[in-house]
Amino acid sequence: MFTLLLILIPVLTGVLTLSFGGRNARQLALLGAVAELAVALVVWMQFDPVGGQQFGFKYDWIKSAGITLGASIDGISMLLVLLTTFLTPLIVLSTFGHDYRNAPAFYSLILFMEAALVGVFTATDAFLFYLFFEAALIPVYFLSALWGGENRLKVTFKFFIYTIFGSLFMLVAFVYLYFQTPGTHTSEIAAFYNLQLDPAVQGWVFWGLFIAFAIKMPIFPFHTWQPDTYTESPTPATMLLAGIMLKMGVYGLIRLLLPIAPMALEDWGAVAIVLSVIGIVYGSIIAIKQRDMKRLVAYSSFAHVGLMSAGVFSTTLYGLQGALIQMLAHGINVVGMFFIIEIIFSRTKTRNLDHLGGITKNTPQLTVFFLILLLGSVALPLTNAFVGEFLLLAGVYQYNGWLGAIAGLTIILGAVYMLRLFQKSMFGPRGEVAERFADLTMSERAVLIPLVAMVFWIGIYPSTFLSITEPTVSQLLRFING
Amino acid sequence: MSASLLILIPLLPLIGFLINGIGFRRVPKGAVGVIGSLAALGSFAVSVAVLSAFKAAGSEPQVVSLFDWITVGNLNIPFSFQIDQLSLLMLMIVTGVGSLIHIYSIGYMKHDEGFGKFFAFLNLFLFFMLLLVMGSNYVIMFIGWEGVGLCSYLLIGFWNTNTNYNNAARKAFIMNRIGDLGFLLGIFTIIATFGSVEYTEVFSQATGLSIGDPVVVTITLLLFVGAMGKSAQIPLFTWLPDAMAGPTPVSALIHAATMVTAGIYMVIRSNVLYSLAPFTLEVISIVGIATVLLAASIGLLQNDIKKVLAYSTVSQLGYMFVALGVMAYSASMFHVITHAFFKALLFLGAGSVIHAMSDEQDIRSMGGLRKKLPITFLTFLIGTIAIAGIPPFAGFFSKDEILAHAYEHNKLLWALGVLGSLMTSFYMFRLLFLTFFGQFRGTHEQEHHLHESPAAMTIPLVILAIFSAVGGFMGVPEALGGTHQLAEFMSPLYEGARQVNPEAFAATTLSHSEEFMLMGISVAAALIAAIAAYVMYVSRNSVPAPDTAERSSLERLVYNKYYVDELYNGVFVKPIAGLSNLLYSFGEFFIDLIVLGTGRLVKGVSGQLRQTQTGSVGYYIFAMVVGIVAILFWNLLIR
Repeated sequence: MFTLLLILIPVLTGVLTLSFGGRNARQLALLGAVAELAVALVVWMQFDPVGGQQFGFKYDWIKSAGITLGASIDGISMLLVLLTTFLTPLIVLSTFGHDYRNAPAFYSLILFMEAALVGVFTATDAFLFYLFFEAALIPVYFLSALWGGENRLKVTFKFFIYTIFGSLFMLVAFVYLYFQTPGTHTSEIAAFYNLQLDPAVQGWVFWGLFIAFAIKMPIFPFHTWQPDTYTESPTPATMLLAGIMLKMGVYGLIRLLLPIAPMALEDWGAVAIVLSVIGIVYGSIIAIKQRDMKRLVAYSSFAHVGLMSAGVFSTTLYGLQGALIQMLAHGINVVGMFFIIEIIFSRTKTRNLDHLGGITKNTPQLTVFFLILLLGSVALPLTNAFVGEFLLLAGVYQYNGWLGAIAGLTIILGAVYMLRLFQKSMFGPRGEVAERFADLTMSERAVLIPLVAMVFWIGIYPSTFLSITEPTVSQLLRFING
Repeated sequence: MSASLLILIPLLPLIGFLINGIGFRRVPKGAVGVIGSLAALGSFAVSVAVLSAFKAAGSEPQVVSLFDWITVGNLNIPFSFQIDQLSLLMLMIVTGVGSLIHIYSIGYMKHDEGFGKFFAFLNLFLFFMLLLVMGSNYVIMFIGWEGVGLCSYLLIGFWNTNTNYNNAARKAFIMNRIGDLGFLLGIFTIIATFGSVEYTEVFSQATGLSIGDPVVVTITLLLFVGAMGKSAQIPLFTWLPDAMAGPTPVSALIHAATMVTAGIYMVIRSNVLYSLAPFTLEVISIVGIATVLLAASIGLLQNDIKKVLAYSTVSQLGYMFVALGVMAYSASMFHVITHAFFKALLFLGAGSVIHAMSDEQDIRSMGGLRKKLPITFLTFLIGTIAIAGIPPFAGFFSKDEILAHAYEHNKLLWALGVLGSLMTSFYMFRLLFLTFFGQFRGTHEQEHHLHESPAAMTIPLVILAIFSAVGGFMGVPEALGGTHQLAEFMSPLYEGARQVNPEAFAATTLSHSEEFMLMGISVAAALIAAIAAYVMYVSRNSVPAPDTAERSSLERLVYNKYYVDELYNGVFVKPIAGLSNLLYSFGEFFIDLIVLGTGRLVKGVSGQLRQTQTGSVGYYIFAMVVGIVAILFWNLLIR
């Protein structure tokens, strides 16, 4: 039942925020998000990694058709629920230095988004999964379209079309799978696992699901909506998109694509992994010369997610465990990076690297937080992303040595663009803007301290998180290979 | 030996880092230097205690586990330390030389506003370097490996308002990362082959392999790529001269005495694997000797006091790799140790000169400093004699041992090595004479300010000078009536390698008279070069030409460092930047065109329907999806 609670709390607090928020909308939203986190932590305390699906609920939705409203939590869901519930309050808190007009609507959308995300990560019924998958799109679409930058309408429209288009493929696949289930049919995901479709059919299912998830993450060449959307969206929406929403795609690959179409992997897995690796190099190279800080991080996120997807398609234990812990690490780092950029933007009114420089002089605190998050992003050992990248690259390398080496270019190229970002903004001769730059405020520190604490926790003692998912992942792999 | 004692070794510098780092700008200046130096000295003291406990306990290697770091499936990477002869030797160098350089920095960095930050970074560097040498597996080594790279980055770009310095820092980090990718792929191959990264496990399994096994060749080559980056070998050496942008104590500690020797440490640590891979060893000795000659020849014409020493460091590291390539592991370590003494000494001496010269680094503007800086001069002289390989100073013994092993392996390798030592002696005496002899050539103001450095700086110089003078006696060869204590101490490290490749560890075939001849030749070469430098720069009083002077084409080639930087710029940096712009402006556009073109079909169909709607397109699309879902469910329901 905890799962139901986790889905309902943000919905209810979202409604409350919208109806009664008024001037205190953000405080109310923060309260809701923190309550959600508290429940998630309680769930985590009681969670048993080897216990399979837990805390679930299941109601008949359309009884005669075997469609259920069901959700529960296993190891993989647990990690992503923690990611979502940890980041959402920080995203809310990150807006405290900024006045968004129509605040009740703004903050309630963030909470609705959280509910949909938790729904996606816990749904046990394919149609319910689809519903949440689409529902997650709506709040973030409005956030971007109503509170975004100059080109927001054009950009968000492209984003919307792209992702809707992708999910239609998934829906078609689901409907097909549904009709393949025996008896009166059922849309439970677990039932889809046992369909034993013939290989050619699995190929079709593979592509249907792949396109949906590939657009969401995104994987090359389905990514062109992403840099624009990340850049034009208001930063909290960018954080939701990059920090949590793209993980829906990776989650979908692991939860649905691998176990439903395992035989298709033999034919098409290589294509998927090559596309992912191309994305790593392609995104990294483009990031090198970006001037807009937000766009630079957008491309770097695109590159990083390529590595996660490559790890998933390696179908090795290293690759999957790496992808899972990297989802957590990437969420933390990318939210932190976008927040740092927002801090710089709010004080200088520019994100253009050519107009920045020398900020470090008056801002020891900002410099330290920025540096730590940056080191996390470039996967320095003892920071969070190292564990993920190490395992991911080990997985891809196990799949194919040359692909592993090419994917490994990320550690070189990542350093190239990230250090350029850092140098051009923080170092160098002090410009006029840097002269008046004030160091972090209390609420800014309140966002960054938990993020940085997690950078080190995951980096120094990753077992906490690896052990959540390992039993579920091992079982999944046994299923795929057996 | 208790685990808690061992943990103190890296923990003390970490605590020092946290105090000075978090308390930056709050800890009083006087306390900063004391805290930083005490952290280093404490770590040194514990290392000494651990060394004596190790010897007392019968010199048995010991692994101390702290906790399980990364565990996935059957792969377990513990956070644990290994104490044996090799890690202890490195501990002594890192904490010993490190402590001296901390003390020196109290004087050298006194007037810098980033004093606290500097000591925090130095302590952090020690922490990572200690992890590197103490780790009991390749991944812990990799933590240190990347961590020291970070500290190197932070310290090269220490004065971060200067864009050139920042670029140098970035270059160092990125070039190191190129090597690190090789290292990482090496680790993955080790995991795939042995299922473990623990040294004890990997090496005991490796003894079952045969010489020249392709897997071992792959592993050793990949790991060596990492060593090329960290230890500045061709082709990844160009970052080290640029790294001289950092404060001079950093050049001494990180870019001469410790971090750059990590590659040598790694190969000696992996000696079982390397002894199984003759091909890799051949590559190492070729890369090593090429680096010796390239860097030494560049050093001949440099006029920046730190640049000369930087190229000298690259070149001396080359010697260490030559030794590794001929499986003279102990000789290589011997040179690591003596080099740490005399190169730290030379850099700190250079720092003392720069300090006195009001930040001037061009030796063409110096001259005659021996009267004003007597202690610096004397110690620098000792360092110069030591590096030139003149007996009985430290460098003579270690370099001679390397050359003797090279001679046994391949006469050409030896001859090129002697050529390198000829050049070494020349550029070092050229540096010495131009700096300390003749007339002062700087400005009036500089001359007015000339002064010997404070005790905090000269005491470390004197201590290092003593070690540079007598340090060689730990490895006196049998031919000179010694027992080579160092080689004896290190001997247990090669147990596994001896087992797989016994020939490589056979006793020397050189007769004593041959050894005397080799020594004679290299000493003669060093002396001839020194005399030549004396004639040119003291007797004839000549001063190197200004940058604008006409040069012959060969001279221009060497003076401009063989245009290697320009080459890399043209072949890698610019094309990648161009590609970045190209992909961004055209690649993205074409992908859009293709992907959206495919989607246009769908849009065309929906376009007709759209006419019936007047609202926002976004709402419309949403309505469409909801509609589809509703229709679907409706159909399902009535079926």
